[in-house]
Amino acid sequence: MLEYILRFLAGGVAVSAFAVLGDALRPKSFAGLFGAAPSIALATILITLSQKAAPFVAAEGRSMIVGALALAAYSWTVCVLLKKLMMSSLTATMLALIAWFAVALGITSMLFGIR
Amino acid sequence: MIVQANFSALRETRWYEYLIRFVLGGAMTVIAGLIADHFGPIVGGLFLAFPAIFPASATLIEKHTRERKEKAGLTGARRGREAAALDAVGATLGSFGLVAFAFIIWLLIERAPALALALATVAWLAVSVLVWMFRRWL
Repeated sequence: MLEYILRFLAGGVAVSAFAVLGDALRPKSFAGLFGAAPSIALATILITLSQKAAPFVAAEGRSMIVGALALAAYSWTVCVLLKKLMMSSLTATMLALIAWFAVALGITSMLFGIR
Repeated sequence: MIVQANFSALRETRWYEYLIRFVLGGAMTVIAGLIADHFGPIVGGLFLAFPAIFPASATLIEKHTRERKEKAGLTGARRGREAAALDAVGATLGSFGLVAFAFIIWLLIERAPALALALATVAWLAVSVLVWMFRRWL
């Protein structure tokens, strides 16, 4: 239980810190870089290292490469939905999650045989 | 255009908007841990790059830009969406930095954990900024 409380606090602090940086920086396209900051990864890896062996974290890192490619597909899809289809941010960002899951699970199943 | 920090922009964000991002970030970190515990590191690792607070951030950007434009007597709906789209472009470029982060974690975490974390964070920032500069140069 303590592990999950720590995860919650570390994740909240890391995500908020990068989000504040993103709010303050201009131009907006530069600030957007912080939308892809490794906030959850930093919080998770630090705690996972204290709980599990390093090979577990290395395997997570390998898989995270695919997750990051899915994030690129996701944010590009959000951009297209906002600019071309004039959707609201909430609709676009929720709908684009389909792209994240499709790319993440598609590449993972091809590379690692997950079904 | 030069990169600038405008900390007065932080006053536009209300306390509950900070709280929402804190809770979403914390919750996603817990969920990522639960997924890794239950399904293993391959599936768990994917969720280290899940766009957990992206919907909340993009909605806030759209809302704040719209409010600013409407205060100036302009219609802000389109400007709000454009600002959120620009943020999404930045996140797309930043994703390549995240690939570099993950790659270094994969390669080095077993040999030198502290060095791997530090190098991976520097690589994320360096690759993100370089890709951003390259796009502006094109």
